[in-house]
Amino acid sequence: MTTLWVAILGVALASAAIKAMGPVLVGGKELPPSADAVIALLAPALLTALVVTETFGEDGHLVLDARAVGVGVAGLALALRAPVLLAVALAALTTALVRAFG
Amino acid sequence: MSIETEHGSGVYLAGARAGLPFALATFVLGISFGVLACSLGWGVVAPIVFSVIAFSGSAQFAVVAVLGTGGGALAAIVAAILLNSRFLPMGIAVAPFLKGGPLRRALEGQAVVDASWALASRGGGRFDREFMIGATLPQVAAWICGTVIGVLASDVVGDVERLGLDAIFPAFFMALLVDELRDGGQTIAAALIAAGLSLALVPLVPPGVPVIAACAGALLGLRGRSS
Repeated sequence: MTTLWVAILGVALASAAIKAMGPVLVGGKELPPSADAVIALLAPALLTALVVTETFGEDGHLVLDARAVGVGVAGLALALRAPVLLAVALAALTTALVRAFG
Repeated sequence: MSIETEHGSGVYLAGARAGLPFALATFVLGISFGVLACSLGWGVVAPIVFSVIAFSGSAQFAVVAVLGTGGGALAAIVAAILLNSRFLPMGIAVAPFLKGGPLRRALEGQAVVDASWALASRGGGRFDREFMIGATLPQVAAWICGTVIGVLASDVVGDVERLGLDAIFPAFFMALLVDELRDGGQTIAAALIAAGLSLALVPLVPPGVPVIAACAGALLGLRGRSS
């Protein structure tokens, strides 16, 4: 039980510290224009990596399973301008169906 | 920032409204976190306290994965730090737009969560502070409420994988990504580099590292600028 609480407190403190670091160190200073150009592309790079790792990653290797089908359907729905909630629901539903019948 | 724009409570509300669909998805994720934590015998209090003080989906799921497979507290903390290391560049990006002294900035930096940060991005490296904070509040509430329901109703919910709930997290990020990609050009190129890097690195390095390494795709922004 202590292992769990050490992990919980450690993760909470570490998360807070990571999130505080940038704002405290940079303060109110303006970043140079070159940094702005990089930051402008940070969101697509980060989000792509999160989609890829959460869709195809499992215990340190790449897998192609029901999740990929579900996330693919969500991507298609979003490209067709479906609302976020519909797309997310379609992802879960498709994944569940592929698991049940695949 | 030197530009003083009078941002009223309307912007917080607009942010909260924009964050709402993500809050609902977060709510379902919170339920699946609660159910998973319960299935590991964490009891009722620990998962809820965890969600209140950490409110970090990816890190908390990582802790479930590490402890659930027999790992120790240190391994769990390291995994969570690697996964959350993306909040360092994200925090640097929003830093110029936050307010007050170091303590207040540290506190405002806690409002950086993936969806809010992406929603508050105004292009060209600018961010809307009030919009981001507004978008984060319903997501934090949803994450905590979801966890509570998950731990209390774990018997009812059952197997979260059978319900396809593990696809919600990537689909959630996909929704934010598709919005970004509508800008076209360099955005798509940066995304493709990030996809290639993270796919190549997943089998080679611990979880979290591929995501932070894929940030290198954003360095593309330096091209085409006068040095």
